[in-house]
Amino acid sequence: MIDPDYAELLQLQAAYAAAVDAGDWDTWAELFIDDCRYRLQPRENYDRGLPLATLAFESKGMLQDRAYGIRETLFHDPYYQRHVVGPPLVRRREAGRVHTETAYAVFRTKLSEPTIVFNVGRYLDEIVATPAGLRFAVRLAIYDSELIPNSIIYPI
Amino acid sequence: MTADPALPPAPEPPVEARGVDQGLDRGRIPFATYTDEALYRRELDRLFYRGHWCYVGLEAEVPAPGDFKRTQIGERSVLLTRDGDGALHVVENVCAHRGVAFCRERHGNRRTLVCPYHQWTYSLAGELQGVPFRRGLRRAGEVQGGMPADFRLEDHGLTRLEVATRGGAVFASFDHGVEPFEQFVGPAVLRYVDRLFNGRALRLLGYNRQRIPGNWKLMQENIKDPYHPGLLHTWFVTFGLWRADNAAQLIMDRHHRHAAMISTRGNAGAASEASQVASFKPQMTLADPRFLDIVHEPWWGEPTAVMVTLFPSVILQQQVNSVSTRQIVPVGPGVFDFVWTHFAFADDDDAMIQRRLRQANLFGPAGFVSADDGEVIELSQRAFATSPGGHTTVELGGRDVGDADHMITETLIRGMYRYWQQVMA
Repeated sequence: MIDPDYAELLQLQAAYAAAVDAGDWDTWAELFIDDCRYRLQPRENYDRGLPLATLAFESKGMLQDRAYGIRETLFHDPYYQRHVVGPPLVRRREAGRVHTETAYAVFRTKLSEPTIVFNVGRYLDEIVATPAGLRFAVRLAIYDSELIPNSIIYPI
Repeated sequence: MTADPALPPAPEPPVEARGVDQGLDRGRIPFATYTDEALYRRELDRLFYRGHWCYVGLEAEVPAPGDFKRTQIGERSVLLTRDGDGALHVVENVCAHRGVAFCRERHGNRRTLVCPYHQWTYSLAGELQGVPFRRGLRRAGEVQGGMPADFRLEDHGLTRLEVATRGGAVFASFDHGVEPFEQFVGPAVLRYVDRLFNGRALRLLGYNRQRIPGNWKLMQENIKDPYHPGLLHTWFVTFGLWRADNAAQLIMDRHHRHAAMISTRGNAGAASEASQVASFKPQMTLADPRFLDIVHEPWWGEPTAVMVTLFPSVILQQQVNSVSTRQIVPVGPGVFDFVWTHFAFADDDDAMIQRRLRQANLFGPAGFVSADDGEVIELSQRAFATSPGGHTTVELGGRDVGDADHMITETLIRGMYRYWQQVMA
């Protein structure tokens, strides 16, 4: 396979941010391969080698279960979120897989309230090419904002 | 200028005038109970700093000599340390000299505790070991300055707390007259503390931290309320993890301050009166059922979930294979931090550790179940702050207080307030 070029990597990052900011949870799940990993983890656990994550999904099915949970089962105060994502740093390229690191900031806006900085951190990604385009095999969102403003409902 | 009739009414009378017991006997809790600054200050003093044991951590967080962990009791910063002989200590993170909260790391390993301001140096037990220029500075045959001759190091240690451990969990108290930990918890609830912390070595899995804009008591009440899980939490009622028709027991200590809610899983997906609730979804299935890959562990006995509330500072969680402590750290009348420490047992195999981590997706600040709790607490607190004359109602199951063998009751919340009223009066 051909290594993805940098513009394609940027496009994937932007597509992810657009999906999670639009509340399009089905598209969010489809940006991953079936046998994927998604982890939202406080930086202290990551840095200390402690395995607990705030969300830890091991398959696209688990992402779809989360999407269902957001729509149907999780009571929450509704909010908008907006991701601002930095340029990805390509850490490593190996056969069919690109490892990147990307800083992000997520702002949260509740209805009729001012916007707050909600969650900042970095993505550690492993990206693979599929017939449908680039997809995440692994996406770790390691967040600095360890004291969560109450709860996180939507995927970061 | 004349008085504008649209102006807000005069402020409410102070707490002392209102009393702390208004309506509690009738199953009413005034909103001011959750918002009043003076009441909150009194709670810190009488519940967190005197007469009670507060949770500070797990022995597994400080396994080696020199290890320390920074945490809080009430609003006060404390350090849990393990000294060179392996003994545990809890000391206040306040230098005896200038009051500096000198320890900034959240955990680490040190031989001594040193304040950066003037390098006062303490042992891990909090004893002052040395002070720079204690005997002054010798210059040109003269001694300049220094501490007075009667300055004794032993008079200037860190504030040291009482420490109690139970099966790997560590508690501390600023109050040196506090009753023994076992007596504080009482035999009925201690049985369920021991069920979880039965002496096996623990393995730390990690932390989740959230700041919930609500009064700290609301989290105690949430875990003394077996009425809501089968209503608010779709996952609980649909998958039978916790629903009104599960076998249940509610027990309290003799003061009614601590409690255990004990439930046995059953009726997953089953239709009954308990499933006649909007949150029950009979058609719901998981795309990846590993979220609920539950394996019964021998130490559970019959119950599949036991939630212990130790007043005022912590909740001990066993929900199927997920085990954690949830520490309550008050920040003000309307805010508390909620710190989740998930653990495993040292003799767990890899599959069990993986299972505990997977089931952790149900709990914590983003959990399929627990995220809801923080959300509703925030919404309660909003109304408490804006509608000061109001009250909450806790009359489910009657107005008295006692153990129960079902979930359709708020008896544990009433029990807690009966105790609270005595201590706060």
